[in-house]
Amino acid sequence: MPDNDVMISIKEVTKRFGNTVTAVDQVSIDIRPGEFFALLGPSGCGKTTLLRMIAGFELPSAGQILIDGQDMEGIAPNHRPINMVFQSYAVFPHMSVFDNVAYGLKVSGVPRAEIGPRVEESLDLVKLAGYGPRMPDQLSGGQRQRVALARALVKRPKVLLLDEPLSALDAKLREAMQLELVRLQHTVGITFIVVTHDQKEALSMANRIAVMEEGQVRQLASPAELYEAPNCRFVADFIGKTNLLQGRVGGLSGAQVLVQVEGIGPVPLSGDKEMRGEVGVAVRPEKMRLRGDGPAEDEVGIKGRVAEIAYFGEVSFVYLTDAQGRSLSVAVPNHKRTGGGAILTGQDHWCCWRPEDAILLPE
Amino acid sequence: MESWRRHPLVFWLINLPPTLWLVVFFLLPLSIIWVFSFGEKEGVIGINVTWTLANYVRAFDPLYLEIFTKSFWFAGITTFLCLVIGFPIAIFITFSPARWRPVLLLLIILPFWTNLLIRTYALIAVLRMRGYVNFTLEWFWEKANGVLLFLGLDNVALLGERFQPLELLYNNTAVVIGLVYVHLPFMVLPLYAALDRMDKSYLEASLDLGAGQFRTFFAVTVPLAKAGIISGLIITFIPALGSFLTPDLLGGTDSQMIANVIERQFKSANDWPFGAALSYLLMYITFFALAIRALMARGTSAMEAA
Ligand SMILES: Nc1ncnc2c1ncn2[C@@H]1O[C@H](COP(=O)(O)OP(=O)(O)O)[C@@H](O)[C@H]1O
Ligand SMILES: [Mg+2]
Repeated sequence: MPDNDVMISIKEVTKRFGNTVTAVDQVSIDIRPGEFFALLGPSGCGKTTLLRMIAGFELPSAGQILIDGQDMEGIAPNHRPINMVFQSYAVFPHMSVFDNVAYGLKVSGVPRAEIGPRVEESLDLVKLAGYGPRMPDQLSGGQRQRVALARALVKRPKVLLLDEPLSALDAKLREAMQLELVRLQHTVGITFIVVTHDQKEALSMANRIAVMEEGQVRQLASPAELYEAPNCRFVADFIGKTNLLQGRVGGLSGAQVLVQVEGIGPVPLSGDKEMRGEVGVAVRPEKMRLRGDGPAEDEVGIKGRVAEIAYFGEVSFVYLTDAQGRSLSVAVPNHKRTGGGAILTGQDHWCCWRPEDAILLPE
Repeated sequence: MESWRRHPLVFWLINLPPTLWLVVFFLLPLSIIWVFSFGEKEGVIGINVTWTLANYVRAFDPLYLEIFTKSFWFAGITTFLCLVIGFPIAIFITFSPARWRPVLLLLIILPFWTNLLIRTYALIAVLRMRGYVNFTLEWFWEKANGVLLFLGLDNVALLGERFQPLELLYNNTAVVIGLVYVHLPFMVLPLYAALDRMDKSYLEASLDLGAGQFRTFFAVTVPLAKAGIISGLIITFIPALGSFLTPDLLGGTDSQMIANVIERQFKSANDWPFGAALSYLLMYITFFALAIRALMARGTSAMEAA
C-alpha cells in the first residue's frame, strides 16, 4: 500500500557486522517526497551504513526498507530508483566528463539521440556547461563533485543519496556548495538524503534531521526544533554549543517544573512534569548575558570569573568558571566596531538567562 | 638520498659493492656472450671473434624461425590462458574477507617455494597415462558403465569396450598446461595488486548508475586495472617465452621452444656463438616487450594520478 507522503520508509532496520558490531540498531525513519533530509551524527555512528543499505550495497540484518512503497529486499543496487554521490566522488578517471555523465544513461539503454541533450542539461544544472570533453584529472575537487552530482541527477532518480558530500572541500567552497545543493534540490525536486558529521552543515541545508548516536536515532526533527528543543543531553551537546548544568527536580509550580540548580536555587522550567530526580538544564551561550551587578528581575544567574575570551569576529565567547568550578560560556555579540565595555579575563561577571530560555533534559 | 648526494664519498662507498657485483656477475658475462655471438667456432672449445653476422643470419633459417614462432605461440597462449584463469582468481582474492586474503595469496605463491623440477615431475605424475587425471576419468568411466549395466545397456558398449586413457603428456597440450601452471602466479599477483589498490567505490558507482556486474567488469574494472593487466601480460610472457624445462620434460619431439635450441647449442651441439646469437635475439625481444610496457605505463600513470 504505497503511501503518498512517504518516499523512503525505513522500518526497524538493524545492521550487524559479525557478532560484535551493531552499526545500525533498530532504526525507523520515514522520509517524505521532495524532502532535504540529513543523517547527522559523530563518526562511526552508522550513517554511512544506513545510507549504503538504502542504496543496496549492504543488506539489513533485520528490518525493511521501502522506496516509494516498494520493498527493496532482494533488489540489486542497479535496479533501485536511487542514485548516490560517493564520499570520494568516484568519478571514473578513464572517462571524460561527458562519458561519466552519459554512463548511467548508456547502461540503462536510453536512446543515443536522447543521451547528448540530457547530459548537456545535467552539466548545465551543476554549472559545468562546456566541461564535457575534459578528463577528471583536469578538474578541481569541487568540479569533480559537480560531475558526480550531474552523473547521479541525469538518471532522474526518485532519491539522491549523498555521503559526506562536502567534507573534502575547503571551508569557503563548502559554504557555497551548501547553498548550491539546496538550490539544486529546489530545482529538481528530488528527495535528497545527506549524510554528514557537521551539525552546521545539516542545520543550514536540511528540512529535517535525524541525529544518530551508536547506531540509533536519538532525535528526528527540524533544524530549529533540534536546536531549541533537544530531547536529550547528547543532542543538546552535539548540536551547537551549550552550557549543561546539573539539577534536581524539587516539585511543581503550576504548569512548570521547579528545578533546584546548585548556586542558583529553584528555577521554574517548562518541560515534562513526570521528570524526577537528577535532570539536566541546558542554556545556549547566546541566550546568556553577562552582567556586572547580578541578574535582572526575570532572570537567574551564576557568578563566575572570566577565564578566557575567544574572538570569533561576529561574536566573542567568554568562558567563565564559577565558585563550584563549573565552566560556562557566554556568547557576546560584537555589535560595535570599537569600545563597548571591554570584558577582561580575571573579572567577575554574572552569567544571566531567563528561565524560559533554558531546556530541561532528562538524565 | 639528498644528504648522500652532498657526501659523494659516502655515496660511493655504499654503492660500490652492489655496483661491482652487477658488473662482475651480470654485465661482464653478458658482454662476453654478446661478443661470442659475433664469433666463429674453432676446434672443440675455441671461439674466434671475427665480428661476423653469420650466426644472426643463421637464426633466420626457416628451421629456427619456426621454433621462434612456435615459442611465441606457446608463450602467447599461455599468457592468454593465465589472464583468463588469473583474473577471476585475483577478483576472488580481492573481495575475500580481509583475514583470508594473506592465506589465499600464500596459496598462490606457495608453488614458488618448491623447485620447478619437482613441480614438473609432479605434473607428470598427474598427467601421464597411468596418472591421476586418467585415474579419475577411469573411475567416472566405471561408474557410468555401472549405471549402464544397471539399465541393461551393457551389451551395447556405449562407452567403448575399455577405458581409453587420454594422452595428456609429451605433446603441445602438455607444454601449455605446464606453462600455465608454472606462470599463473606471475599473472595473479600484479592483477591482485592492481585490483586491491583500486578504489572499490568506482565499482559501486557503476552498479549504482544501473550497470550490471558484467558491464561493470568490462567498462570499469578492466580499464582501471589496465596497468596491472599489462604488467601481468608482460611478466608472464617473458619467462614463458624463455621456458626450457617445461617443454623439455612435458613436450613431445615437436614441442621444442627456442630455449631448448639455445641449450643444445651450448651443450650437445657445442656451438656457443650460435647459442649466444639466439640468446641475444631472445633478449632483444624481451627488451622490446619491456619498452612497450614502459610506453603504456606512461599513459596509464597519468590516468591513475586522477
Ligand atoms: N564492512 C564493515 N565491516 C565491519 N564493520 C563495519 C563495516 N562498515 C562499517 N563498520 C562499522 O560500523 C560502524 C558504523 O560505521 P559507519 O556507518 O561507516 O559510520 P559513519 O558513517 O557514521 O561514520 C563503525 O563502528 C564501523 O567500524
Ligand atoms: Mg561515513
